[in-house]
Amino acid sequence: MTRRDLTPPQTVGPFFHGGLLPEAMNVLVTGETAGERIRIEGCVYDGDGAPVSDALVEIWQANAAGRYRHPADRRSAPLDPAFTGFGRAGTDERGFYWLETIKPGRVPFDATRTQAPHLNVFVFARGLLDHLRTRLYFDDERTNTDDPVLRVVPQPRRPTLLAKHQTAGGRVIYRYDVVLQGDGETVFFTL
Amino acid sequence: MDGPGRDPSTFPPYLYEAYRATTRRAPKQPLIPLPHTLSEITGPGPALSGALHQTVQGAASAEDSDLTTNMGTGTEAMGERIIVTGRVLDEGGTPLPNTLIEIWQANAAGRYRHRVDQHHAPLDPNFLGYGRCLTNKDGVYRLITIRPGAYPWQNHPNAWRPAHIHFSLFGSSWVSRLVTQMYFPGDPLQPLDPIFNSVPAAARARLIAQYAHDVTQDGYALGFRFDIVLHGPNATPFEPYETAQRATR
Ligand SMILES: [Fe+2]
Repeated sequence: MTRRDLTPPQTVGPFFHGGLLPEAMNVLVTGETAGERIRIEGCVYDGDGAPVSDALVEIWQANAAGRYRHPADRRSAPLDPAFTGFGRAGTDERGFYWLETIKPGRVPFDATRTQAPHLNVFVFARGLLDHLRTRLYFDDERTNTDDPVLRVVPQPRRPTLLAKHQTAGGRVIYRYDVVLQGDGETVFFTL
Repeated sequence: MDGPGRDPSTFPPYLYEAYRATTRRAPKQPLIPLPHTLSEITGPGPALSGALHQTVQGAASAEDSDLTTNMGTGTEAMGERIIVTGRVLDEGGTPLPNTLIEIWQANAAGRYRHRVDQHHAPLDPNFLGYGRCLTNKDGVYRLITIRPGAYPWQNHPNAWRPAHIHFSLFGSSWVSRLVTQMYFPGDPLQPLDPIFNSVPAAARARLIAQYAHDVTQDGYALGFRFDIVLHGPNATPFEPYETAQRATR
C-alpha cells in the first residue's frame, strides 16, 4: 500500500472553546459509575510561572476494573456502562482546571508487567505548536515503584508526574499542576 | 528534544521563536519516548464516534456539519459558501471510517464568536463558527461552511493569520490524536505566517486544501479537498501490539 505522509499538527490557538468545549466535559462519572470517586485539579503554568488561562487538558483512562472502552482492549475485565474514560477541561484565568472521575484500575504494560494506575494526559494551548503528551500517576500508590514507564523517567523528574493526594470536605482530591517550561517542568513524552 | 515519535520532517518544533508565545510555553527538557502500551493503542475515538453516531441516527442535526445554518436562526451565514471534503487515512493509506472531526473557524470578516477575540470586525448573527462530523464507511467527511476571513493578531507588527479552519481528530488511538489547521490555496499570507512556517517546508503543502472543481456545486458553493493522515500505533511489523492494533480498524 502507498505510504502516506502524516498531516502536521498546528496550535489549537486561543479560540478553541466553541469547537472543543461546546458543552462541559469534565465530569466523567454519573451516579452509576463504579469506583472510587476522585477529583483531579490543578493549574497550568508557563516558563515564567504565570498561569496559562487558555489551555485545554484532555484525559483518557481505564475504568475502575482496569479496562479501556476500546476494541483493542479485549481482556475479560468488565466494561462499565456508566463510564467512557474521556474528559476535557479548559483552564480559567488562574490557569485552573478540574475533572471529576474515578481512580482507574491497573492495566498491563506487556505480557509480563503491569502498570501502576494512571491517566493519559494531553495539554493543548496557544503557543504549543503540537499538543504535549504526559501521564498522571497517584502519589499514594505503592505500585508506582514498579511502573515500567515511571522507571524510565529520571528519578529527580518523576515527582512532576505524581498527583498529590488531599482531602477537603470528605472528598478525595488529587492535585496535579502542569509546568510547561522551566523549574519543575512536567515530564512530557513522545509517542 | 524531539523524540522518535515526532519526525522532524513533519512536526513543528515546540520552540519556534518567530511565534512568540512558544518562547514561554515550549518545554526545554528532552521529551521521553513512551512505548505503545494498551494506554496508547486505545483512545476515546471509537467511543466518542459511536455516541455521536447514535445521536445522528436519532436526530439528523446532531452531526452538525453545515456551518452556514447551524446557528439555527433560519438565516444563512454571510460569506462565500464552500464545501470542504476529504478522506481521513492512516499512514498505510487505509481509510478510517466513523471518525469524529471537530472544527472551528472565524467568520467571513475574520472574527471568532469568542469572548477574547478583540478584532473589531463584525460578528455575524447567523454564524456560530463551529461544528463536527463523522467520516463515512469510506473514510470520507464533508462539511459545508463559509470561507473564513484573515484576522490580525499580536505576534509582531502587522501580523495577520492566513485564512484557516481548525480541525481536531481522535482517530483510533491515543497516538493518533491530531489538532491542526487547514489553509486555502493561493493565500499570500501563508509565507508571512510563523504558525504556518513552523512546519518544515516540505510538509507545509499537506496543510493546504486543493481547489476541487468536481466538488464545486453548480450555482451553490466552491469545493475544496483536504485529506488528513493520522499517526497509527507503532506500525513496525515486529511490534507486540500489532494484532491488537489490527483489531481496532
Ligand atoms: Fe484561528
